[in-house]
Amino acid sequence: MKASIRSLAAAGILACLSPLAGAEAINVPAPDFTLESRSGENLRLEDHRGEVVMLNFWASWCGPCRQEMPLMDELYSQYKDLGFTILAVNVDENREEAHRFLDKVPVNYPILYDPESSVSELYEVQAMPTTVMIDRNGTARYLHYGYQPGYEDEYEQQIRELVRE
Amino acid sequence: MAATDRRRLLASGFVFLALLLFGHQAVAATLPVDNVDVLYHRYDGGGMVIDGPSVLVRKGIGSQVSVSGQYYVDSVSAASVDVLATASPYEEERNEYTFGVDYLHDKSILSLGFTNSTENDYEANTVYFSLSQEFFGGMSTVTMGYANGWDEVGRVGNDSFSEEADRRNYQLGLSQVVTRNSLVGVDFEVVTDEGFLQNPYRQNRYIDPNDSTAFLYQPERYPETRTSTSVALRALYYLPYRASIRGEYRYFSDTWGINAHTIELGYVHGLNQHWTLEGSVRYYSQSEADFYSDLFPFENSQTHLARDKELSSLSGTTLAVGAVYEWKQTSLPGIDRLQFSLLVDWLNFDYDNFRDVTAAGDYLPGEEPLYSFDAYVTRASLILEY
Amino acid sequence: MRSLSILTVSALLVASFAISGCSSVKPWVKPYERDNLADPVMSLSRHGKADSYMHHVYQSRESARGAEGGSGGGCGCN
Repeated sequence: MKASIRSLAAAGILACLSPLAGAEAINVPAPDFTLESRSGENLRLEDHRGEVVMLNFWASWCGPCRQEMPLMDELYSQYKDLGFTILAVNVDENREEAHRFLDKVPVNYPILYDPESSVSELYEVQAMPTTVMIDRNGTARYLHYGYQPGYEDEYEQQIRELVRE
Repeated sequence: MAATDRRRLLASGFVFLALLLFGHQAVAATLPVDNVDVLYHRYDGGGMVIDGPSVLVRKGIGSQVSVSGQYYVDSVSAASVDVLATASPYEEERNEYTFGVDYLHDKSILSLGFTNSTENDYEANTVYFSLSQEFFGGMSTVTMGYANGWDEVGRVGNDSFSEEADRRNYQLGLSQVVTRNSLVGVDFEVVTDEGFLQNPYRQNRYIDPNDSTAFLYQPERYPETRTSTSVALRALYYLPYRASIRGEYRYFSDTWGINAHTIELGYVHGLNQHWTLEGSVRYYSQSEADFYSDLFPFENSQTHLARDKELSSLSGTTLAVGAVYEWKQTSLPGIDRLQFSLLVDWLNFDYDNFRDVTAAGDYLPGEEPLYSFDAYVTRASLILEY
Repeated sequence: MRSLSILTVSALLVASFAISGCSSVKPWVKPYERDNLADPVMSLSRHGKADSYMHHVYQSRESARGAEGGSGGGCGCN
């Protein structure tokens, strides 16, 4: 009895795998949205057509998100003059926490607020953080789930590729 | 426990492990952050004062490995009711070292560790292994653990005395996010001990055959095996303001006939971005071991004899309060986050069938007042994340 | 021993249920909705080694042992 339960469980496990990759290449139009930004004005994704956009979803309560932000800031200053920008969507319910973090760890790229998760839902965000690389035609080309030290090298590779297109 | 059962369990464990490691790439967990955890702990009550430091240092190596080392000391000053009844107050020190490695592999966290605990008459070594995996969009976490311990029991004043006791722990836990504001968990643990499980100093008493108003002592005699099972349920809920309530129930049962219930309720209240206050209440009750008695009728009346109050029928109540100060993104060089906690617990134990033979007054054996005591436990901890 | 057989079977059943990607049920708490769960106020063991010390205090005075742990919840990041 025990042995057959074990075999069944094993068969079930092997049959029902659905891996969620850490990074994948895709080719899907990036859905448009408009969100309030930290500088006060509303920013719309479509307005950045012609630029390479790194869309990043982050929160102050997410450790890996906080970890990658200074590295993203470096990429921003390096490539922004080549037609590249970062749009960092903050999903904190309460933006005070985000501000408190940004006071201590300042970044230069635009911060957008999505407290009702409308854009997170639109993009079906499945991990925190999530980064989407969007090319100059508004097509989402690369998707990253999570952050581990070393991912910033992949980001840079992809930015250089998309900037040259 | 039969050797074949053990082997079967270990085999299943390895199958489970292999399937998790090589069969699935779930969205993952993160390793614990680099930190230094310094604690001062103090237990004061029932005639005993035990205090000391605990220092833990944790450091990540690369992005997949985190190692930790801990040093812990118990400085004991003991004049408890057991000590006063049959011996004299003593002082001693217990030192404990733990080393651990956590490995993030294909999105599972494997942990391996070793602990050594030494005092003048007891040495305990433990190896533990555990696996933790997040599933279902990070909503579920399964943890499996195994620990194996080897103890050497000595006796002060008798250098040739040396006995052994072995322990095995098997743990299984499931934690599930239910809503964005609530979390439930269930934990299951089986512990088996084998060997010299009694205390070489402790005595139990029987009525003096020559004088019914007096009693005599004899050494305790425990079974050589013990298997226990524990199952606990817990739930946390985030309130409409920045606070949480927590409830926990644990049922315990073992082959010595002891059944125990533990209930705990806790409340945590966020005052502002830095300060949090918390409080909790805990109630514990257990029934006595089959071979326990406060007073045996005559010498050697049973195969196994115990008068250890820890095996008696007892109930315990704890009231606890605490304050935590947290500083995120500190201005201190190299420190990302600082957390200071001060926690004070008041514990009260009431024994239903363990009597205080040191109580002043003339009592017939078996009619001394039931024993009870209370204690204060203080913990002051500083955690620095770097 | 019965307890251990139950433990083995439960472990495997939990694993097969939890790992199964064939399930039509999708996680209903999204990763970006973990604000409150990630709050330290919802942490089961926020005090570091101070928490495991308390288990040791009780184990030294009570017969019950085990099932004291508790993990999970939190931000579920990565």
